[in-house]
Amino acid sequence: MEKEDLRKELKVSAIENGTVIDHIPSKSVFQVIKILNLTEYQNQLLIATNLDSQKMGKKGIIKVSNKFFKSDEINKIALVAPTATLIIIKNFEVIEKKKVEVPDYAENIVKCFNPNCITNNEEIVTKFTVIDKKELKLRCHYCEKITARNNIAFR
Amino acid sequence: MKNKSLVSINDFSREEHIRILELAGAFEKNPKQRILEDYVVATLFFEPSTRTRLSFESAATRLGAKVIGFTDSSSSSVQKGESLRDTILTVSNYCDIIVMRHPKEGSSRFASEVATVPVINAGDGANQHPTQTLLDMYSIRKTQGSLDNLNIAFVGDLKYGRTVHSLVHALCNYNTTFHFVSPLELKLPSAVKMDIKERNLVYHQSTDLLEVIEKVDILYMTRIQKERFSDPLDYEKVKNAYVLHNSMLDFAKPNLKILHPLPRVNEITTDVDNNPKAYYFTQALNGVYVRQALLASILGVVD
Repeated sequence: MEKEDLRKELKVSAIENGTVIDHIPSKSVFQVIKILNLTEYQNQLLIATNLDSQKMGKKGIIKVSNKFFKSDEINKIALVAPTATLIIIKNFEVIEKKKVEVPDYAENIVKCFNPNCITNNEEIVTKFTVIDKKELKLRCHYCEKITARNNIAFR
Repeated sequence: MKNKSLVSINDFSREEHIRILELAGAFEKNPKQRILEDYVVATLFFEPSTRTRLSFESAATRLGAKVIGFTDSSSSSVQKGESLRDTILTVSNYCDIIVMRHPKEGSSRFASEVATVPVINAGDGANQHPTQTLLDMYSIRKTQGSLDNLNIAFVGDLKYGRTVHSLVHALCNYNTTFHFVSPLELKLPSAVKMDIKERNLVYHQSTDLLEVIEKVDILYMTRIQKERFSDPLDYEKVKNAYVLHNSMLDFAKPNLKILHPLPRVNEITTDVDNNPKAYYFTQALNGVYVRQALLASILGVVD
């Protein structure tokens, strides 16, 4: 980690055990919290956003104490925060660093771009198959239309 | 296929498609069999579609089934604000199979997940209309003897026509050579062309109907709607270029048949109707046999 980054990051205190989600686009921080169901989280949760970042300009960071996510759980955030990096902390030590990966399947995260899709007209859990991870193209399980990066919206 | 819903043409395998077409052939030979006397078929038409509904009701009635349902949502509880989920859950209690037409895309998939009985999609918005595809396949197979290795032309609105997209998709299984004839504004979407390329099949695109007629075994005509053009002048320029007249068929192959999903407006002139190559009304009749085959096999009365 670069010196400047480290200094900025320490604006949010370190955690003893848990997961740090770094390099979240600032605008996506609250979506990440929602997707990971952290609004009801009972342990220590540190959230910062609009921090200066050399790589990204502005970024957000979330530190979740005593929580180690399963990969299919954490990868859901790749749809809103493809740049996010995960740092696993044990006893204040970095154990592992990794990037999030776009999942094969997205349930109730994305909104179908097709206004005539039944999911935009009834209370229905949206389901998408990711058919192109690089270009981010998702096929709606219901209307079969493709929602792409340029028209993606979140629930 | 017992208890299996049919929402999208891809829900059934190539083998299952062929099985339905063979069964439909048996119903054509003997259409009045009272094998569904103990069954209730619900036809839920959330938007009107007289032709499709009558075809399904005819198929069900000829097999002895009782038909219940509504013909547009103004005469159902939808008018009172009931959700699709609640309507489907309730109607599931009253019938053995649901046939459904709905203006929203994906409604039929959703209904098939909620319903406790199988669902046949009779059209969900611009998305799927699989029974039309099956009756088109039946008509092609019957008139040409096989679905394999044919030259098939699609004419008219290839951009928005869901019957075209779905049939092209299904025909990709049969080594078809495609000929697409349309104004530039209404060309086949690239996603559908990708399907053809992925199967290493050949397609030709043209704006000239006449040059294509003599090359093909099937001429699948569709209607060009004025509303599809942003500039009415563009419509005026092309509207007569995709009208089929009897005189244009002089050099056609002897086995050529003309198909159309109907309703026709003016894209096939009435002087074609008496030409033995005109097949569109028989095509509509075939729809009844295909729907008989679907009802009987999904209800498990035939294998």
